[in-house]
Formats: sequence, structure tokens, C-alpha cells
Amino acid sequence: MQSKVIFSSELQKFTGEAQTEISATNYRSLVSEIVSRYEKLEEDEILKMAVAIDGEIVHDPFLEQIQPGSEVHFLYRISGG
Amino acid sequence: MSEAQDYRYIGQRTIRPDGYDKVTGRANYGADLTLPGMIWGKILRSPYAHANIRSIDSSRAEAHPDVLAVVTHQDFPDGGSRGSNQSMNVLADKKVLYHGHAVAAVAAHTEAAAEAALELIDIDYEPLTPVMDLKTAMAQNAPLLHDTMFTSGLAQDPTTPSNIASRMELKKGDIEKGFSEADVIIERNFQTPTVHQGYIEPHATTVRYDEDGQSMIWCSTQGHFDVRGSTASLLNIEHSNLKVVASEIGGGFGGKTTIYLEPVALMLSKKTGRPVKMVMNREEVFKASGPASASRSKIRIGATKDGTITAMEAHLAYEAGAFAGSPIGPGCMTVFTPYDVENQYVEGFDVVVNKPKVAAYRAPGAPQSEFACEMVINELADELGIDPIELRLKNAAREGTQTMYGPKLKAVGLVECLEAARNSAQYKEALAENQGRGIAAGFWFNIGGVSSVSINMNPDGTGTIVEGSPDIGGSRASMQMMAAEGVGLPIESFKPLVADTENAAHSDTTGGSRTTFATGMAVVEAAQDVVRQMKERAAAVWNVTPDQVDWKDGVAINTVGEDKLTAAQISAQAGRTGGMITGRGNISARGAGPSFAVHMADVEVDRETGKVDVIRYTAIQDAGKAIHPGYVEGQYQGGAAQGIGWALNEEYIYNEDGLLENPGFLDYRVPLASDLPMIDTVIVEVPNSFHPFGVRGVGETGIVPPLAAVGTAVSNAIDIRMTELPLSPPRVLKAIRDA
Amino acid sequence: MAKTHVTTTVNGDAMEFLCEPGDTLLQALRNELGLTGTKEGCGSGDCGACSVTVNGRLVCSCLVLGVEAEGAEIGTVEGIGDSDKLHVIQEKFLEHAALQCGICTPGLIVSAKALLEENPDPTEEEARYYLAGNLCRCTGYDKILRAVMDAAETMRGDV
Repeated sequence: MQSKVIFSSELQKFTGEAQTEISATNYRSLVSEIVSRYEKLEEDEILKMAVAIDGEIVHDPFLEQIQPGSEVHFLYRISGG
Repeated sequence: MSEAQDYRYIGQRTIRPDGYDKVTGRANYGADLTLPGMIWGKILRSPYAHANIRSIDSSRAEAHPDVLAVVTHQDFPDGGSRGSNQSMNVLADKKVLYHGHAVAAVAAHTEAAAEAALELIDIDYEPLTPVMDLKTAMAQNAPLLHDTMFTSGLAQDPTTPSNIASRMELKKGDIEKGFSEADVIIERNFQTPTVHQGYIEPHATTVRYDEDGQSMIWCSTQGHFDVRGSTASLLNIEHSNLKVVASEIGGGFGGKTTIYLEPVALMLSKKTGRPVKMVMNREEVFKASGPASASRSKIRIGATKDGTITAMEAHLAYEAGAFAGSPIGPGCMTVFTPYDVENQYVEGFDVVVNKPKVAAYRAPGAPQSEFACEMVINELADELGIDPIELRLKNAAREGTQTMYGPKLKAVGLVECLEAARNSAQYKEALAENQGRGIAAGFWFNIGGVSSVSINMNPDGTGTIVEGSPDIGGSRASMQMMAAEGVGLPIESFKPLVADTENAAHSDTTGGSRTTFATGMAVVEAAQDVVRQMKERAAAVWNVTPDQVDWKDGVAINTVGEDKLTAAQISAQAGRTGGMITGRGNISARGAGPSFAVHMADVEVDRETGKVDVIRYTAIQDAGKAIHPGYVEGQYQGGAAQGIGWALNEEYIYNEDGLLENPGFLDYRVPLASDLPMIDTVIVEVPNSFHPFGVRGVGETGIVPPLAAVGTAVSNAIDIRMTELPLSPPRVLKAIRDA
Repeated sequence: MAKTHVTTTVNGDAMEFLCEPGDTLLQALRNELGLTGTKEGCGSGDCGACSVTVNGRLVCSCLVLGVEAEGAEIGTVEGIGDSDKLHVIQEKFLEHAALQCGICTPGLIVSAKALLEENPDPTEEEARYYLAGNLCRCTGYDKILRAVMDAAETMRGDV
């Protein structure tokens, strides 16, 4: 079962579409999968972002596993006051 | 609401462990450290808002007998980050970009001598036209702050430089279709001023550079590990050679998440071989630390007659100050999050102006944009003839709502907050003449991040909680309670300690409402680690396996025998069973839970003077789980008070030359005890499923709703739609007279 | 410039210090006598973090010269409460969670004590106006007022 990646409107500038299916089961293979899929999407751009996997925001997802059927969003890293 | 959970310690109103030191004056803050042989540093600041520095001649100062050293930007060492925006903010390079921008620093034997010597530094300035507001800065052919800055985020790469650092855009659904379905559309423009966090303790540091390259920084900061990281990178020092000690901190609210004095003091110390102390005065704090962005916004919201919102659109511009980097990102991401509306669009601009580089301020970026949205929501409610709480309930974000910034929301407490507002005592109070009521919602994400905690168990069975998160509002009390809950020992058994950078592993800055959430999670993990080891030691003594040992209320119980060992007994003989016990919780916390709030303000306007009095106020917010309810309420009340100040009186006032005219508490008017009523609070608890106790951060959201709650209350009291903050007496009076 | 020798009483103890003619009492307390419980928030008499009493009168020590301490009785936060027991006002601040960062707390406790000595039974409004010279940026004053009113009641022996 594949997982779903949803792109923000900012990322859609690079991907040209709002969402895609991926087969990756961890964060790093997800990044390489989408970077190779979208020519304009640069790895640095995506590595700067946090992810939310099924609504759980992960600030630094480097080693994150992605369960099949998950919904993954990239979002800006927030700091705070 | 949450299922009732029985906790032994969590949820109590304990006496905070650092309390005695703070009510007796013993607690040591940034300016309280004196070292033997210490000298003083002072900073020379720009008298211009915008000027080129043609030359700096410090020879007269250096020749003066009182002066021990002078430093400028050129003293930043090779190999460091000289030339970075941060380095140019700490000490200006070729240009000064705001009134009060640091240009040089002097060290002398006394503070007064250092101050006097500043006049001996000769600087040749070429004054330039100051750019003091968004309209001017964004205009074609505006004078440029940085001639190498090009706007990022545009569809096509620009060919000419601009004061607009970046543009961003977020959208979901089809905004045009949404508006075409609307029966009522409201569109308004809003402005908010530059405001300051107004912490009572000025920035202060005492540093020492040793001959062997070891350095120490004592300072007031929300994040001493970040002070170490930034200073080390600026001065090309290894982290292991730089110890940063976080003093007690006298308020920060985001303003103490960056560095100003520390690298300068360290350069002076290195040049003189003496410890150096630097303390900003209040004027310097206002002029040259980081305030919060002024903003302009246009909001357009459409709804059908039954109150279903069909489209929301925002255009936002935030001042970044002298260097790029306003919180426009979070401003865009938060603006419409309280609403479950299919069609949303927001565009934002980050713009440089000749004001100090902004710093974080409590939910950075959110108060400005959400103020504008909430004002329009209230106007829409009036237009539709629907109660503002009902209108919000009809459209409220809830579990499963797709946010514009990314994920769908998990369980959140906005609906519960709205219901609590409807049931509040204040909502039932009748209003008299010249009085008005305003209601507003607020949202902030909260963050997780890296926290490192160890719990060292002492031979008598008590424990020291070693954490790396500066305690800005009582978080040590929460750490103590969570450790007690986790290990099952009384609260007094644990002493929390904010350790320096050599005695704890890196922990992220106290900010983003993360400390009780993330560092608390690390405490829980460390407590579990203590329990695990206690069980192992008991098992070894009894010659059973650890899974044959139960742990209850701080006592190990042999499930295959009659034996019991208390934590104190196990700790006392830890040396004989393998060494002392340290529980570790070094984590990168995930799953921060957003916190929604709803505030209600009742005001009375004096039509003769334009003065606004807040007569009743209720702050309602989702805490997930309140560890220490007293300090949670305190966060709600403090956020409300700062937001009330933002709404009513606080603003930077610049003259036509771009010089700040009100750098003091007399003219920059923060709320006084006599300005405010009691602030009622309601703690809503919809647990964050990703935290062991259900905690959400609570520190920041509370500053978001007051701007529109007060703004709407004033508008209702005088029956005029107010759109520009602050609603100070002259502005309100003018509105009444012009009407 | 020659320093002035000042003989004074601080919290009941005879003390001496040298100070420049332009030094404030706040600077003398903090830098010469090491009494850092009194805080500087503004240096212009607007925030009250440096509140002390001089001959029983509440003042901002940043607006008093060090030399004016000559022969005077100075009261600072360090002199409030006994070595083994807090003053009721201090206890009530802790009980009511009336402090967050704590930088304004010493000044507020000095001011609250002066208030209750002048007026043991203040209304909330009287207390708010009396304490209006002490800025607190963390609490919104709610819990501070509750602590002060509760302390007043306890000190009057009403409870």
C-alpha cells in the first residue's frame, strides 16, 4: 500500500501537482523519490522543512519511518517566542 | 473533554522550587554577576536611521587613559561569520540601518568611564533617506537598505534589488468559487504598529576570556545553547571552549532568543584580558533589541446568509526591520487556521525597513494576521445578524480540519473554548452606555524540538533533575511534578536545575511554548529510565528478573516473594549494585499539539478623552493538560495583558528622520496594575495524544486573541469600525470626532 | 573625581560605602554593597524594579543619589522576612503563583509592604493604584493583586 504526499501551494510551484503517491517507507527514501520525480524540486528546499505524518508534526524527520497508507505533509519549520 | 485521569502530583498548585530565591532577592539575573578584576563595556550607537559609515576613527578613545579596548565590526575574527546579517546587527559594518544600531564598543574600568569614552570615537556618516514604513519600502524606486537583496518567491526571478525580501503564498480550494457562493462579503484593511516585548530585565552579560582559550558567558537568555552556537560561529570558537551559563531570566517573550552583547563583550575581554560586563539601559533595549513586526493587511471574507463561510483571503506585509526575516511565514500559516473553510488564500511579504531587526514575540507573526481576520469575522457576524460565538462555532476548526499550512488537525479544543465563552459569567453581564464587548479566537502551533534531561539519584533516594531549558515562567515547578509523577516519589524529592552548556547536553531554546511539553517529555523519559534501573537493582538484590519486580509509589515490590525496597534503600546501596543511578531523557520531541484560545473583552470608552478602560476580561484556552494550573492561568493572563497593551497603547513612535521618540516606559506605555481588571481564566483540557500527560504548550496563544477582542469591543462601544492599532486616546478621540 | 564616603543603615545594619557624586542609590546598593536583590529595569523611575524605602518612604532607588543615603535608614528586599521564615507577603506571592520571571518581584514586595503599612485594609482599586509604579510584564497583575489582598487579610488577622 502506498502512502500519500500532499504538497503545499508553495511546493506545488516545483511539483506542479497537489499530491502524489509514494512507495517509500522512510523519510530519506521519500525525499529521494520525490526529488527524482520532480525536476524543479531541489533537495535542499525539502530538507529545510519539517513533516507531519498523519497529523503528528516531526521537526527533524531524518530517521522517520513511514507506515504504508500514511498521509505526509511538508511544512515550514516553526520556531516561536 | 478528556477522560478523567488520576494523577498524584500533576494538576496541583505547588510552591515553585525557585520561589524562595525570587521573593527574597537572592536569585541572580543577568546583571547580578561580578567577577574579580571585572571591567565594563558600552556600545556606541548610530544617531541615524540610515547612513553609510565612511570611516571610524577610534584613536582618540584608545589613547584615553580610562579606555582599555575598542572593538568594531572589523574585529570579528577571520574564519567566523563576519559579514553575516547577525554579525552586522551585532556591530554595523559599512552601513547603519536603524537609530541605535551598534557601531563600536568600548571597555573601561567603570561603566561611567566607558559611557563617557564613547564620545571619543569619531565616525564619519553619510546620512541616507530612512525607509520607515511598509508603503514606502515596497514602493517602486524606494531607497534601498540592501542593494544586493532580491525578492525571493516570485514567479520570475527579479532583475532589480528590492526592500521586499520574499513573497509567499498559501492556498487551498478555489477562492473565486468561494466568493461567488457568498451572500455577504466583507473586505477591510488593517494596520498594527511596531511593539516591544517589554521584558523588565534589560539584556545583560558578564564574560571572561581566558589565556588558554576557554571562555565563559553569563547572560540572560531563553537559550544558552543557542548563545553558545551563535557566538562560537561568529568568533570562530569551538563549542567545548565556550561555556554559557544562563542566569535567571527577567522576562523574554521571544526577545531573548538571539544575541546582541555577548560576542562584543567576549571580544573586549579577549583584547583586555579582563572579565567584561555589559548591561543595556532601557533606551538601548527599545532602540536596538528586537521588537515585533509592524504590519499591514487586507482581509476579505465571504459567507452565505446562514453563516457558512465560503471564502477567506488575506494579503499581509510585515516589517522585518533592518534585515530580512519577519515572521511572515507563521503570520500566513496561522491567519485562517481557526476556521474549517474550504477556500482560503493568503499572500505575504517580508519587507525590510530602517528599524531594529525584529525578534520573536510570543506566537511570532500570529497576533498581527489573526487580529485582522478576527476583526472581519466579528463584522461579518454583525452583518449577518448572528452571534459571534455562534458564527465561529458554525465554522470552527476541529479534528480533521485541513489546515492551509499542511496537516489535518488532530483533536483540538477550539469548539470547547467557544462553548466555555458562551457559558462564561462575563457573557451574561449586560453592557452599559459607552461600553462594548469583543470576542476573538486565536491559534498557535507550538513546537517540540531537542531537550536533554538527566535525573541523578542521590544516596538518600532524592533526585536532581538536570535540564538545559531556561525557566522563564515557572517551568521548573512542572519538571519537578512530572518527575515525581514518573518515579512515584513526593515532589520535594526532586530538585530541578537549569545547567550550563558544560553540564547538560544541548537543549533547544525556551520558545515556541515548548518547554513544559518537550523538556517535560524528556523528564518523563528520564523518570522512566530511573524506574527501570531501580527495578534492575532490586531484581539483582533479590536474585529475580527485572520483570518480576513491580514499581509502585517509589517502592520496588518482588512479585515472586515478599520483599520490598524503597527508592531510598536502592539508592543508598547503588554503589554495591553497579554504581549510581542516572536516568536519561535525551529526546527530539515530536507531536507538539496546537493550542486554541478564545478571549472576551468588555471595555468602556470615555468619549471626552478617548481613553479606553478594560472593565471585564475572560481568557479561555486549551492546555491539553495543565501540569501546574496556577502557572497555566498565569500564562493566559500574561498573554492577555500583553495583547491588551498591543491593542490599546503600545507603539514605537518615530519622527520624520526615523529617530525613535519613545524609548522608555514613560512613553512606551505597557499596562500598569491600575490599567487592568482581574483576568478570569478557563482552562480547557483536550489532551494532546502525542504527550504522555496530554500537554500542549500554553505560553504563546494567549497573546493572539486580545488584539481583536479589544479592537472589536472598542469598535462596538463607539459604533465605529476601528482598523488601526493602537487604540490610544488620540486615535479613538479622533474617530469619535470625525464620525 | 574624589569619591564621597557615605555612612548609612541598610536593613538595620550599619554600612559604609564610597560613591561618585553622580552614582544612584541603586548603583551603590548593587555595585558597592553587593545587594543585587534590588533590580534595574529602566533607570528612569518608570518601572519600580528598584523600589526601596528611605527612612520608611517608598522610593525608586534609581532616582535617589547614593550620597543621599548618608545617615538614612534604607530598607531593601533583602531585609524583608526573617532568616528562617518568609514575610506573609512573600508567602502569599508564592502561594498565589504571583510571579513568573521574578524580576519585578523584589520591587513589588517592597512596595506591597509599604502599602500595607500605610493602609492595612486597602480596596483592590487602592492596591492597584498604589502598585501602579511597579511594572510586571508576565502576570497581568491578577495574581499579584490576589496575593497582596490575601496578605493584607492575613496581616490584619481577619482569618
